[in-house]
Amino acid sequence: MKTRDLTELAFRNLREAILRNSLTTLGVAVGVASLVAMLSLGVGLQTLASQKLNKSGLFDAVFVSSKRGMRGDGDRPRRNDEKSAKSEPAKPLDEAARLEFEKLPNVTEAYAQIRFLTEVRFNGGSFSTNVLGMPDSARNTGSFDAITGKYFSSPTADEAILQSEFAKELNPQTAQLVGQEITLRYAQRHEPPPADPNKPKDIDDELDDMMSGGGGISIVSHDKKLRIVGIIDTDPSAGVGGFGGGRVFIPLKTVQEMHPAQGGDVGEFVRAGGSAKPTYMALTVRAKSPKNVLAIEEAIKKMGFNTFSLLDATRSLRLVFTVFDLFLGLFGSLALTVASLGIINTLVMAILERRREIGVLKALGATDRDVRSLFFAEAGAMGLVGGICGVVIGWLIGAALTWGTTLYLKRQDLPGVKISYVPWWLAAGAIAFAVIVSLVAGLYPAARAAKLNPVEALRYE
Amino acid sequence: MTTPTSDQPLIQALNVARHYQLGDSTIPAVNDISLEIRTGEFVALLGSSGSGKSTFLNLLAGLDRPTSGAIHVRGRNLAAIDPVELARYRRDTVGMVFQSFNLLPRMTLAENVELPLRLAEVDRAGRAGRVQSALEHVRLAARSRHRPAELSGGEQQRGAIARALVNRPSILFADEPTGNLDSVNGEQILLLLREIQADLNMTIIMVTHERPLAEQFASRIVTLGDGKLKSDTANAAASVHTSTATNEARP
Repeated sequence: MKTRDLTELAFRNLREAILRNSLTTLGVAVGVASLVAMLSLGVGLQTLASQKLNKSGLFDAVFVSSKRGMRGDGDRPRRNDEKSAKSEPAKPLDEAARLEFEKLPNVTEAYAQIRFLTEVRFNGGSFSTNVLGMPDSARNTGSFDAITGKYFSSPTADEAILQSEFAKELNPQTAQLVGQEITLRYAQRHEPPPADPNKPKDIDDELDDMMSGGGGISIVSHDKKLRIVGIIDTDPSAGVGGFGGGRVFIPLKTVQEMHPAQGGDVGEFVRAGGSAKPTYMALTVRAKSPKNVLAIEEAIKKMGFNTFSLLDATRSLRLVFTVFDLFLGLFGSLALTVASLGIINTLVMAILERRREIGVLKALGATDRDVRSLFFAEAGAMGLVGGICGVVIGWLIGAALTWGTTLYLKRQDLPGVKISYVPWWLAAGAIAFAVIVSLVAGLYPAARAAKLNPVEALRYE
Repeated sequence: MTTPTSDQPLIQALNVARHYQLGDSTIPAVNDISLEIRTGEFVALLGSSGSGKSTFLNLLAGLDRPTSGAIHVRGRNLAAIDPVELARYRRDTVGMVFQSFNLLPRMTLAENVELPLRLAEVDRAGRAGRVQSALEHVRLAARSRHRPAELSGGEQQRGAIARALVNRPSILFADEPTGNLDSVNGEQILLLLREIQADLNMTIIMVTHERPLAEQFASRIVTLGDGKLKSDTANAAASVHTSTATNEARP
């Protein structure tokens, strides 16, 4: 029999015993719904955790520092790098290195981590704090989702976002700060302009040349006016190499134009023998995806820098969620197993009721395979319809869980989260699984129906 | 009207036996029957209950296999072919009509008649015409959308005959086709069978326990008793009766 005829007959047969077949199909639907609800919860929680962690910028980032270190040990290599360091002197972590990192495959950006101490002047008061430069990509990390006010209007804006605890020091009514102006007083790294060879040198110039060997930097106090555009409650950071540690946030490009003196400037100046070339304490290199992190890390190490990433933590997280999903899937499958018993029961009952019909089909020329296929198709149809209904019910359960959780979180003054998520592969997989389980459940009844002796079947009343 | 027959047997049963095992005892339902049936014959298998006539019909129709012996139909031994071949024989060569009609109750008459075409994987485009033609042959075209429960016994049996004819078989087996009908409807069904046999040059083998009907319509009467062949006689009177009766039955 052709597949279309088989399908038509199967659905017709199912329609005839509508109540019983609907209840059996509902059993499958409940089983699938439980499976989908459980797994959607697992997937949702995993997605939520992954999104939060990815947004934190930790898992797609490689943190780069110079092998020169911070302890004034110059080019002296660390134990692990002894061999390579002997052959190749440690490179400075400067703008040239940053540009090289940006050219690496699968790198979206490489930016400097610039932090510096400052004194904030506001309303006649003076407040010491830390300033951190924010790359423009930070606006997409989710760290500023709950901002009062808005994010920077441009990557070079003279604007600042304050961390709420610091903002309270300026004004307990923090919302009133938005739109107001603050002045930063900070130590600026100042590079003197190259000396004019035609200009006659006075005694001070001669002394400077003697001390610095011809180059030099100076640190001068500088004021910078910034407009407050936003207040954030939480530190948008997240630990090592993240955006943490700052209480006043300024666009990174604005910070770079301010030339603030960095902790390593003096050491680097001395190490370089009086060169005024600026270097960075650390750089963050962002990958397109966490899976690219390892290759980027390797490439940067080969270029002669120290690297660090939290990739291993991501791997552990995936393992935990895989095991979690496995258990949820097993519990969800139990209901589907019970439903498969319902299918067996329904089809065995159908064989008893339709014994004579099977006899007629065989008398009309149906082969054992035709009869078997018909019962298979009926089992498969119940699985398919049950699977589709189950996915819808499971999705609704997940949506209800998300709605309930969001409602509860909002009552606790927390932002809502989507804890249940049904990706396409889960929906398709659940339907396929329901059909497979149904077909397996239909194996015995179908074989039994196919083996019926037509003479005995026709005699059956 | 006489029916042409060929010299070569269409069906050749040789020492056919069908024994059933019931506990320790063996019941010989059909015991060493040999019979030849030629194309175009209308054979009535007569006998009392338990004589083995239905069992023998089932063997000839390929619904069952003999315990011993051979049944040759067009050169194929039904006792030796595999189950799929046997199913194809039932589908392509044979039409079956039962005492209790056996139309599937959840299908309309047209869908019941279409069923053998589905099994034979006939293209959908050609099915409707063949169903319509078969229903017209049994004068039920107007009832094609009715379900069996909405038809009388006689109509149901005519529907079953249409279903048996739709695949254009060469042999029609009828197991007590009038058993569930009153005498008027029973006679009309046999008139219809006789008409079909004449129109399509079909071989009909019918089981009945009603000797008068057999003598009225069958061209040959085979009597069975205790699973054995008791008599096999030609029935010359059938054609006269048939001719008259057919003319009366036609609308």
